Amino acid sequence: MKKIIGIALLASLVALSGLQMGEAKAGKVRTISGAGATFPYPVYAKWAATYYRLTGIKLNYQSIGSGGGIKQIRAKTVDFGASDAPVKPENLERWGLIQFPMIMGGVVPVVNLPGVKPGQLKISNKTLVDIYLGKIRKWNDPAITSENPGLSLPSRNITVVHRADGSGTTWIFTNFLSKISKDWREKVGNAKAVAWPTGIGGKGNEGVASYVKRIRGSIGYVEYAYALQNRLTYIKLKNRAGAYVEPSIETFQAAAANADWKNAKGFYVVLTDQPGEDSWPITGASFILMHKIQERPEVAKTVLTFFDWCYKNGQEMAKKLDYVPLPLKVVELVEEAWKKEIRDKSGNPVWP
Amino acid sequence: MNKLAGHTKTPTLRSGVKGRILDIIFASGTKTCAILVFVIIVAIMVSLFIGAWPALKKFGPSFIVSTEWNPVTEEFGALIAIYGTVVTSIIAMIIGVPVSFGIAIFITELCPAWLKQPIATAIELLAAIPSIIYGMWGLFVFAPFFADHIEPWISDTLGNLPVIGPLFSGPPLGIGVLTAGIILGIMVIPFMASVFRDLFEVVPPVLKESAYGIGATTWEVIKKIVFPYTKIGVVGAIMLGLGRALGETMAVTFVIGNADRLEKSLLMPGNTISSSLANQFTEAVGEIYTSSLIALGLILFFLTFLVLALAKYLLVRLTLKEGIRT
Repeated sequence: MKKIIGIALLASLVALSGLQMGEAKAGKVRTISGAGATFPYPVYAKWAATYYRLTGIKLNYQSIGSGGGIKQIRAKTVDFGASDAPVKPENLERWGLIQFPMIMGGVVPVVNLPGVKPGQLKISNKTLVDIYLGKIRKWNDPAITSENPGLSLPSRNITVVHRADGSGTTWIFTNFLSKISKDWREKVGNAKAVAWPTGIGGKGNEGVASYVKRIRGSIGYVEYAYALQNRLTYIKLKNRAGAYVEPSIETFQAAAANADWKNAKGFYVVLTDQPGEDSWPITGASFILMHKIQERPEVAKTVLTFFDWCYKNGQEMAKKLDYVPLPLKVVELVEEAWKKEIRDKSGNPVWP
Repeated sequence: MNKLAGHTKTPTLRSGVKGRILDIIFASGTKTCAILVFVIIVAIMVSLFIGAWPALKKFGPSFIVSTEWNPVTEEFGALIAIYGTVVTSIIAMIIGVPVSFGIAIFITELCPAWLKQPIATAIELLAAIPSIIYGMWGLFVFAPFFADHIEPWISDTLGNLPVIGPLFSGPPLGIGVLTAGIILGIMVIPFMASVFRDLFEVVPPVLKESAYGIGATTWEVIKKIVFPYTKIGVVGAIMLGLGRALGETMAVTFVIGNADRLEKSLLMPGNTISSSLANQFTEAVGEIYTSSLIALGLILFFLTFLVLALAKYLLVRLTLKEGIRT
């Protein structure tokens, strides 16, 4: 009896998988799939919805986190992976992947200090590091007041808020802190999750945003979009050129424009602490990962066509959602790389 | 099949061969389901162990007692998460057990008939709320209230006491181990209360009435009749609640503060095993990091196993004592 049930089960499984195979083989590609970074998910979703209306091609994107995205593209369960932190060139080589930037954003320190308006408070790089190291504990510390002569700051305790989950946002933020401080580099380091010397952890950008909103005297860091949407008090930071800048699409784009994309192998460019008077110091790009050798070139072609459309027609949509589109100069470099590096099994280029 | 031939005379609605075949299908079906439970448990344990092996090999037994949790240097230890898990669960039990006990006693013994049903329904509704709702309520409603009105008072009074003082001092963040424990307590109440109620209701009225008849007070009836009669079930219910508290994830993640540091004060943030897993698994890169997280899962598995074993042991001791007394 057990045998009969087993055979029936097996038969139905075979029938099911047969159906799926049939679907995949039949003619034009209707669905493409991707997985990874959560930060760009809203803009990918917006692009995908518009693209679906125009072409009937559907994108199935699972925002499971950059680590998961890398795992899934390596296992070839998706057509592309997405990661907030760039993958190192040697790993790309080892895994047979190509990487390119898709969209940019900025990480913005935000505070909760009653009476302080967005963009009023200035914090120097050293002070920011010392706050996150737990060395500066009061808001009226001379290191803070000396930079802000016009503001009256309370003697309230500083509550540091950081991400509890591993995240690309943390990677970008700790990358900046590591670049500007030897202390941070040696004691804490740069990763998607670190051993924070002080503070409390919120889950996701929204978790950090809600902690900062709730706790008076707190300081946290979130993606720019979350700072705007939650009306949080963002601060001014000093960039490499020594000027205090406010976070905005213009200052993020300035950082991207000043970066050296051309000579970066595998587009391994980290946009923190870039030169230029107007560059926001904690800018970051979100990346796409694809296999260099495509077993199903027609799918790869569909995916690349979608990305090309996003680069060229998705700029306004991205800006509306407070993301920063890639400068067209960089897009040209990316498409150049597609042409050179993505091939089908017999070595023919997939793009254009 | 021949073995069953003797049973053909048993009256069934379906006659003969067809009935027998159905019987066999039914029997083997239920058997498969039962065996499946074992297979799944063993499979989970084995795969957890395989996944955790690289970390266990690297850190050895010190994994359990190390307070290091540093993804950058890839140094991991489980003590912070174990401590958080155990402490939040203990707080939950301290709050949950007496309150659920009170609810159940009130409903079964003291409550006017018209109020019984509404209270019972409310408890069932509480049990049906998904844990993420508790988490959000904890973060947006309870934590601010707790930070503004309760925590300053706690650290001003309890915080100044000699021995337990350090447990209750610190800035009033509203987010931390104590808050997580309280939210957990609220979450386990409906479970335990409804099981307690069902238990207390099966106590034969004759027993209670005879106790009242010889002049016992309500408290005496509960202490001497209801509790001894139901103690096995009560222990079981408490363990059920404890099991839920140990494994709860989302609600805790929202309010515990997710800091991988061992703090003396209960008002400070901490972390639990399940909340570490939920937060860090998706972005854990590198073998040792992932493996350490799986090792945390394995520890939680054993922790719950330990709780169950303890419950069984307690029950055995309780029944043994009973034998001596009578």
